[in-house]
Amino acid sequence: MNIIVCIKQVPDTNEVKIDPVKGTLIREGVPSIINPDDKNALEEALRIKDMYEDVKVTVISMGPPQAEDALVEAIAMGADEAYLLTDRAFAGSDTYATSTALAAGIRYIGDYDLIFCGRQAIDGDTAQVGPQLAEHLGIPQITYVEELKIEGKKVVAKRALEDGYFVIESHMPVLLTAIKELNEPRYPSIKGIYEGYRGDKIKLLSAKDVGVDENTVGLNASPTNVLRSFTPATKSKKLEFLEGNPKEKARNLIVRLKEENII
Amino acid sequence: MDFQLTREQEMVRKVMREFAEKEVKPIAAEIDETGRFPRENVEKMAKYNMMGIPIPAEYGGAGGDYISYAIAVEELSKVCATTGIILSAHTSLACWPILNYGTEEQKKKYLVPLAKGQKLGAFALTEPNAGTDAAAQQTTAVLDGDNYILDGSKIFITNGGEADIYIVFAMTDRSKGHKGISAFIVEKDAPGFSIGKIEDKMGIRGSSTAELIFKECVVPKENLLGQEGQGFKIAMSTLDGGRIGVAAQALGIAEGALEETVKYLKERQQFGRPLANFQGLQWMVADMQVEIDAAKLLVYRAAYNKMKGLPYSKEAAMAKLFASRTAMDVTTKCVQLHGGYGYTKDYPVERMMRDAKITEIYEGTSQVQQMVIASNILK
Repeated sequence: MNIIVCIKQVPDTNEVKIDPVKGTLIREGVPSIINPDDKNALEEALRIKDMYEDVKVTVISMGPPQAEDALVEAIAMGADEAYLLTDRAFAGSDTYATSTALAAGIRYIGDYDLIFCGRQAIDGDTAQVGPQLAEHLGIPQITYVEELKIEGKKVVAKRALEDGYFVIESHMPVLLTAIKELNEPRYPSIKGIYEGYRGDKIKLLSAKDVGVDENTVGLNASPTNVLRSFTPATKSKKLEFLEGNPKEKARNLIVRLKEENII
Repeated sequence: MDFQLTREQEMVRKVMREFAEKEVKPIAAEIDETGRFPRENVEKMAKYNMMGIPIPAEYGGAGGDYISYAIAVEELSKVCATTGIILSAHTSLACWPILNYGTEEQKKKYLVPLAKGQKLGAFALTEPNAGTDAAAQQTTAVLDGDNYILDGSKIFITNGGEADIYIVFAMTDRSKGHKGISAFIVEKDAPGFSIGKIEDKMGIRGSSTAELIFKECVVPKENLLGQEGQGFKIAMSTLDGGRIGVAAQALGIAEGALEETVKYLKERQQFGRPLANFQGLQWMVADMQVEIDAAKLLVYRAAYNKMKGLPYSKEAAMAKLFASRTAMDVTTKCVQLHGGYGYTKDYPVERMMRDAKITEIYEGTSQVQQMVIASNILK
């Protein structure tokens, strides 16, 4: 079975500070990490590799040359090989142009049975690239996967919604987007770090290498225009502080939960 | 001159930090309280090739460098000095001498499972009457046919009782003084080998510190490490490397304590403002950071020299002397900055202060480090 996992290197938003004047992110000196949902995607692929024979896990990413660090980490977690789409032609791509480039990269890599993406990246929060990629490739997609079973040439996925879930079955190939409830990602192995940096498991690909028309990627091929950045209003949820000493608070909490028919 | 870590070393730090925060920190207070050996930490470290970082991949290690290894001990020790020394004693004091002095057969039989973390290692030199005067060994080893017969006892052995493989020093020829000492690889179930008293310590309480007893203990003669009479040299050169590990542990303790304290100084309000706003306390923080950075440079320099095949005995002694002093000074100040809370077990700094003290004592006291440094200068 061939599994392709799409990952993105993102700034660690836990470490990002906001410029108090401009209201924008200060990215300088912020460590880069593999996007958390993408790590769940990779973990699921590796879990399948642990369970079945002859599973090959290939990781692909698009980004600047330093995104290689994210691919080394993926190799150190246990991926078999990794490709980095890196080319000036890709610069400024929005989600649409990114999914175009990734689709070309995946066609270049060849046969696949499963494609995993993370639900969304913490720096953009769009959750668009996975679904767009499935459309480009003409394969079915299951988003927000929180549980996955492999049954022969089929998958059965539990797709999480805000107040419930779907159980969806699909044939392969299929694209799945992972949420953090899917699994607990493993750590990279120390040995794998050296193998990643010193070995030849990571290959760089240009636009030309993957045969993508340069007019379909990059800033000029991106239909998205950013008009304004702002913090969205949070969904109004009921918030109540319980009074009293810890014992009273606990009692009140149980009473309130019962009133709401939660317990 | 280049003060940047390599990308490999940076990633080792990132992984070790995440591992330490998520896996080790949550049980650090508990193992200190109970004195329980954290076997699960060893198993988890083994899973991610952390038990043989500077050992070549062909011998089961990660194939990494000595700075990466020092970083690993440092990051673990930031949250749990016990776990830091378990790794350091195992890697520096058990894996390294076999790598450096072992035969190919010994490496295959003992180093591979050690470096993979399937087995845990320990180093047994100290005796009741042979501490700093390590040459005064009273344990004896007598060749009898295909075996050496060991008699005597060892004390204060880190990982003792928990380890599977011990590097044990014993006199094979008392008439030759320290040149009559030899080193042996002893398995935990060797006939005549038993574990005596387990020490109840001030700090690093989860680390096992044990007495080893050898009563007509049978060790196959092929388990002689190096040549007969080479033991003292093996012990001293092993400790040179071990000191880098302990220095990294001390550095980590100091860094961990300062991290906790910075957090506290920002949160804790007195006189209507955070403690961090008081200049007198700011000066203490500044001094601690300077000490820590100086210690860090000494530790990494010693590790760098070892990695590059340059002399490192004096450098390791300097790193250990200064880093352990820094650990003691910084943790004492950090308890002070926490006030009454710092003296309680509600905050980790009192544990860090107790843990710090041992770094001035084991693998050569501070006074031994000064002897090593001075003898290198005055020779």
